Amino acid sequence: MNLEYDADDLAFRAKVRSFIEENLPCDVQAKILNHKRLNRQDYKTWHQILHKQGWIAPAWPVEYGGAAWSPVQRHIWEEETTRAGAPNIISFGVNMIGPVLMEFGNEAQKKYYLPRILSCEDWWCQGYSEPGAGSDLASLKTAAKRVQDADGHHFIVNGQKTWTTLAQHADMIFCLVRTDNSGRKQQGISFLLIDMKTPGITVRPIITLDEDHEVNEVFFDNVKVPAENLVGEEHMGWTYAKYLLSHERSNVAEVGRSKRELRFLKKLAMSYTSDGKPLLDDPLFARKVAILEAELMALEITNLRVVSADDGKSEPGPEVSMLKIVGTEVQQRLTELMVQAVGPYGLPFDTDFLEGGREHAVTGHDDAAPLTASYLNFRKASIYGGSNEVQKNIINRMILGL
Amino acid sequence: MDFNLTQEQTQLSDTLRRWTEKEYDFETRREIIASHEGVSQKAWSGLADLGLMALPVPEALDGFGASGPDMFVVMQALGKGLVIEPYLATVCGIEYLKHDADKFTDLLQKAATGEVRFACALGEAQSRFNRADVAMTAKADGAGYILNGRKTVVIHGAQADHLIVSARTANGTRERDGISLFVVPANADGVSRSDYRTIDGMRAADIDFANVRVSDDALIGAAGEAWPLIDAVSDYARALICAEAVGIMQAVYETTLEYLKARRQFEQPIGAFQALQHRMAEMFVEVEQARSMAMLAASIAGSNNPEKRRHTVSAAMIRVGQAANRVGEEAIQLHGGIGMTNEMQVAHHFKRLTAFGAIYGDIDHHIARFTQQPGFRKIG
Ligand SMILES: Cc1cc2nc3c(=O)[nH]c(=O)nc-3n(C[C@H](O)[C@H](O)[C@H](O)COP(=O)(O)OP(=O)(O)OC[C@H]3O[C@@H](n4cnc5c(N)ncnc54)[C@H](O)[C@@H]3O)c2cc1C
Repeated sequence: MNLEYDADDLAFRAKVRSFIEENLPCDVQAKILNHKRLNRQDYKTWHQILHKQGWIAPAWPVEYGGAAWSPVQRHIWEEETTRAGAPNIISFGVNMIGPVLMEFGNEAQKKYYLPRILSCEDWWCQGYSEPGAGSDLASLKTAAKRVQDADGHHFIVNGQKTWTTLAQHADMIFCLVRTDNSGRKQQGISFLLIDMKTPGITVRPIITLDEDHEVNEVFFDNVKVPAENLVGEEHMGWTYAKYLLSHERSNVAEVGRSKRELRFLKKLAMSYTSDGKPLLDDPLFARKVAILEAELMALEITNLRVVSADDGKSEPGPEVSMLKIVGTEVQQRLTELMVQAVGPYGLPFDTDFLEGGREHAVTGHDDAAPLTASYLNFRKASIYGGSNEVQKNIINRMILGL
Repeated sequence: MDFNLTQEQTQLSDTLRRWTEKEYDFETRREIIASHEGVSQKAWSGLADLGLMALPVPEALDGFGASGPDMFVVMQALGKGLVIEPYLATVCGIEYLKHDADKFTDLLQKAATGEVRFACALGEAQSRFNRADVAMTAKADGAGYILNGRKTVVIHGAQADHLIVSARTANGTRERDGISLFVVPANADGVSRSDYRTIDGMRAADIDFANVRVSDDALIGAAGEAWPLIDAVSDYARALICAEAVGIMQAVYETTLEYLKARRQFEQPIGAFQALQHRMAEMFVEVEQARSMAMLAASIAGSNNPEKRRHTVSAAMIRVGQAANRVGEEAIQLHGGIGMTNEMQVAHHFKRLTAFGAIYGDIDHHIARFTQQPGFRKIG
């Protein structure tokens, strides 16, 4: 047992840290560190900076333009970028559809789409969930019918996807669609790549309880998709979907982000006072922070244990479910304690300030203004990416066998 | 001992339910939130017609002299109906003025008809939940006072016609002696208000007082002796928000239970999963425990035994506060994605529950207060 990083790891850390210091745009960084909302360009700018450096796809093999870093290096990278306050890379392209195409796509698809993912020429979104198919994803109904006309072979897609994150920004959507109804529900699903500009697609915003526009409904009305946009074999989409979900769950622990937020929480608790004393001096509040910090320390090591066991060949196992559960609980608890830390200043709701329409919060408390919106928003973390209940079912099925 | 509602209370509850369903539906409320004023004159008149403003006003002044349990019934209904009008603020204003009823007869009579609305400007940037943490000053000047300072996160501060303002006439910032209360017309010279939305669909304001002159007539009670009154009315307000929270939690519980029966995944209602059945059972327990504490708080809110009142009300804030947090978060989680949307009433109930302790003290504040009562160490 040796829980220290070795010299190569430390050198790697120093290298990426100085790169981030020199290249992360200050305005984007300020938004992240202060819980303000990002726009499309903020994400794109950082994506393109990393693309230029060749670091946009840490896990991809070199032949496809990736950095081919080891799991430990990727972990360090994640820590350093989140520590500094860099935006997350929108995972739908690099972490989701990219790996699926590398594994199951044909040569033409790889050649066309992978470079466009790296350069962010295509912004991807994920069309899995439907109103009737959430946790029970395989019950999805959006239908694709194969037809042949003068232009060649096509799929005609009809149906609805929902909760589609940032579809309003997207150029492409990867969709699970039903191509056959005759067998088990997991059979008869196909995996299609669809251009968001195709006639018949309508994107409607869903406004979340924090009044943000982050998710959408996507409607398909006789949408004509060229047959070459099918990934792999027809009716085999469920296999690819599961492969993708296991990648979606990489970095679910979000340790780096939570460490950054813990620092923010402590700063708040030092500057907000109760009876003239910093809140962190209040044993009741300090106790909650300490319990949370200990949980985060445990999560960091649990996460590293999983990372170190990753040989790059086998699929991530059910222990990822544990990381998802604890990771999201820690994130949610952090937002909760931040709201508590600011007391009455958790009440004002200042969307103008959140979206950059005004420089300072109406109350003058810039640090507090976004916190309750962030608390409300983070309720999503235990719902999406496989709800925490579903994660517990996975642990039961794959580990406990009860 | 009788835990049942009187016939009048049941009627009042039914009337308010019908009123909120008919006059204050989701869409109407959304428009009120988006409006410039942030409150609705029409709704206010409607509530006044139902006698809601007259309820807390003494009978001698054209009111109904309502009891704590009466107000429990009202607040439960307003909570369930997600009413965002300045009712609580006005009721608290009435409670302050009642203390000096002879002096404020006119204002109280106007309050009873809904003609005036109050807001309580007590909190300051540094004061968190301690109402004795008052830096704002009132300097005696001839036959009156000059007020200087700033009050923050005043609920419905910009919608009020009169402000109940705490200011220091003596002693240092956190001393309980030396605090005075004044009634200040919101349009008085030197008062400026900055109105903003709050997370639960309401409004609050930061209010600056720059050399605001008031006469002796504006003083509630005796100069420098307002602390016991502030403490008592704050406890009264706490009992009311506990009742409101119980109304909200009951609605959230019912909605979530319905959803668990209606939503199907894996060819069955999600309520068929034992993991969720237990969560729902826990939610039921939370609501009932909270209801018990809110009833206790309502029955004691007007008590003239301050120690008993503090002990009970802080216990209620602890227990109802825990329930508000758990029930709200669980409701969203059990709804899944749909619980995250602003289209769903349950999300708005959740947001109101989130605001539960933000003004009248969070759980930690009330744990500290509870354990500081002499009774906490008297072991029977
Ligand atoms: C902010 C946000 C962003 C999202 N982004 C995307 C996206 O980009 N693309 C996409 O395709 N989807 C996205 N989703 C959808 C997400 O994957 C689903 O919300 C999730 O799968 C849950 O499905 P549901 O919302 O239909 O809830 P349901 O499946 O209806 O679940 C309701 C409740 O029942 C519980 N439950 C369900 N089944 C079981 C069971 N067997 N045992 C115990 N409990 C159970 C759930 O845990 C939950 O508490 C997003 C969701 C959110 C909230």
